[in-house]
Amino acid sequence: MPEQLLFAMEVTLNGLMAGVMYALVALGFVLIFKASGIFNFAQGVMALFAAMTFVGIQNGQVPFSHLINAIFGTKIHYFGWELHSMVAILLTVVVMIAMAWAVQRFIFRHLVGQEPIILFMATIGLAYLLEGIADLMWGAEIKKLDVCLTDQTCLPQGINLAIDETTFNLFGYGFFIDNLDITATIVAIILVAILVAFSQYTKQGRAMRAVADDHQAALSVGVSLNYIWILVWSVAGFVALVAGIMWGAKSGVQFSLSLIALKALPVLMLGGFTSIPGAIVGGLIIGVGEKLFEFAIGPMIGGATENWFAYVLALIFLVFRPQGLFGEKIIERV
Amino acid sequence: MLDQTEGYTTADGRKIGGVVMEMKNITLRFGGVVAIKDISFDIREGEIRAIIGPNGAGKSSMLNVISGFYNPQEGEVWYRGSKRPPMKPYQVAQQGIARTFQNIALFEGMTVLDNVMTGRLTKMDANVFRQAIWKGRAEKEEVENREKAERVIDFLEIQHIRKTPVSRLPYGLKKRVELARALVSEPSLLLLDEPMAGMNVEEKEDMSRFILDVNDEFGTTIALIEHDMGVVMDLSDRVVVMDYGKKIGDGTPDEVRNNQDVIDAYLGVAHD
Repeated sequence: MPEQLLFAMEVTLNGLMAGVMYALVALGFVLIFKASGIFNFAQGVMALFAAMTFVGIQNGQVPFSHLINAIFGTKIHYFGWELHSMVAILLTVVVMIAMAWAVQRFIFRHLVGQEPIILFMATIGLAYLLEGIADLMWGAEIKKLDVCLTDQTCLPQGINLAIDETTFNLFGYGFFIDNLDITATIVAIILVAILVAFSQYTKQGRAMRAVADDHQAALSVGVSLNYIWILVWSVAGFVALVAGIMWGAKSGVQFSLSLIALKALPVLMLGGFTSIPGAIVGGLIIGVGEKLFEFAIGPMIGGATENWFAYVLALIFLVFRPQGLFGEKIIERV
Repeated sequence: MLDQTEGYTTADGRKIGGVVMEMKNITLRFGGVVAIKDISFDIREGEIRAIIGPNGAGKSSMLNVISGFYNPQEGEVWYRGSKRPPMKPYQVAQQGIARTFQNIALFEGMTVLDNVMTGRLTKMDANVFRQAIWKGRAEKEEVENREKAERVIDFLEIQHIRKTPVSRLPYGLKKRVELARALVSEPSLLLLDEPMAGMNVEEKEDMSRFILDVNDEFGTTIALIEHDMGVVMDLSDRVVVMDYGKKIGDGTPDEVRNNQDVIDAYLGVAHD
């Protein structure tokens, strides 16, 4: 096979992997939008917050240590333990559930029945609030994130999650693939399987869809709106944690992590705001699209097309198919 | 005056049981407006109880009090022999009181079958992991719920639209789907808010037949609100008449029909 074609295949493969990473973020948006009609601008910050909390707990960092030290003149920074990453993940999930409860109790419970735009504004406020809390809690420095997924030492002997080789041979050509991307793909597949099973087959999933559709009707069949909303924010928090860990492992845990939310927007416009498979397919199309475009057209127009390609694609979709590939068709009855 | 514990026998020979729901001196206000003023009545096992009255009489408010959407400022709600504390609508639904709405509240994005299945949500107990992998108890429950749903769908003659998204259905069928969703939860009390509003004569006849059949077949206790006097008189065993938030009559259709206050409320009184 010609070298050029094989290289294009490699680019496509890497694009698919990158797309999975985008899809992970987009999933969180879809979940909340489906179940409550809220476009959650804070999803990116939630991923940041989750990743910081995870690293902080794992390294035994004392939360709010700067604040405590400033007030009491102490010099505490670390508890002095190193937690297993699975334990840290579990504890972070608990923190995310507490966050979900607080978000529902103190913000959205008071906004029931408001216009979507007001709810959207509230999530912008939430994004800044959460960013401030994350800063205050864990400090602003860039941290390295080690999970079993990138560092194999914490797993029992003989089990190897990631593939050590980063290149493999096919048609005499060495394909280069990032270990982390492969892990991210596997994690994404598992996550989507869990989410689909949860939302399609369980009582809670059915209740979530019911609440999304009609509040009054949901109440009349015995569904507590409050409970479902806390559940939805918890699930979105969990997805944010997964996305945060994956992106954190890729580029370090730093505040620019919250900007991954912007990359999720074109994914959502492509896939539709209400479809879980849409988020995945949208992510993959954007991932492959931007890599292939950079490879094929990039050199002709001076490169750096990856920065804007996704947004232009999203714009085109907005003009011709505003509900996205998988979104529910918007029909207004007069 | 009816006996509190024993029931009575209707004109067509059905046995009506003890009190399921009793409203005692209910008063409901919205700010300065008194929607319901000191109303008491009861609903008995197996009967079809109607609440009628002119526009703005407080009928819907009354239904909303029963189903927990409003909590009254004064008075007591007694359900199955015990006093009910103030409750949220979903808690009332979990206690076995199902309802339909005047303006139809269905899950528009779901199919008819999915809508009816949501009526079984309160009957699912298997834990979330079992449900997700569809094994053991969850599987058994799902099969059972599905059977119940199909039976109600058959009963209300909506099999042909089982897989149709509700948003595509005409008004009359939507009303029937809503009834199916309420019915499938096997309620001990079924509340119908104007089940025949906006229907033509034929649809009204269909709906009346279904209400009677439901009561007959499943023994469901039904409380309904209706505008159409003729329909109400044919359907119901006992009737409460409201006007301006007050109760002006209570009894069998014949008693109510001959009640002077009721006649005045509906036909108007000559002021001379």
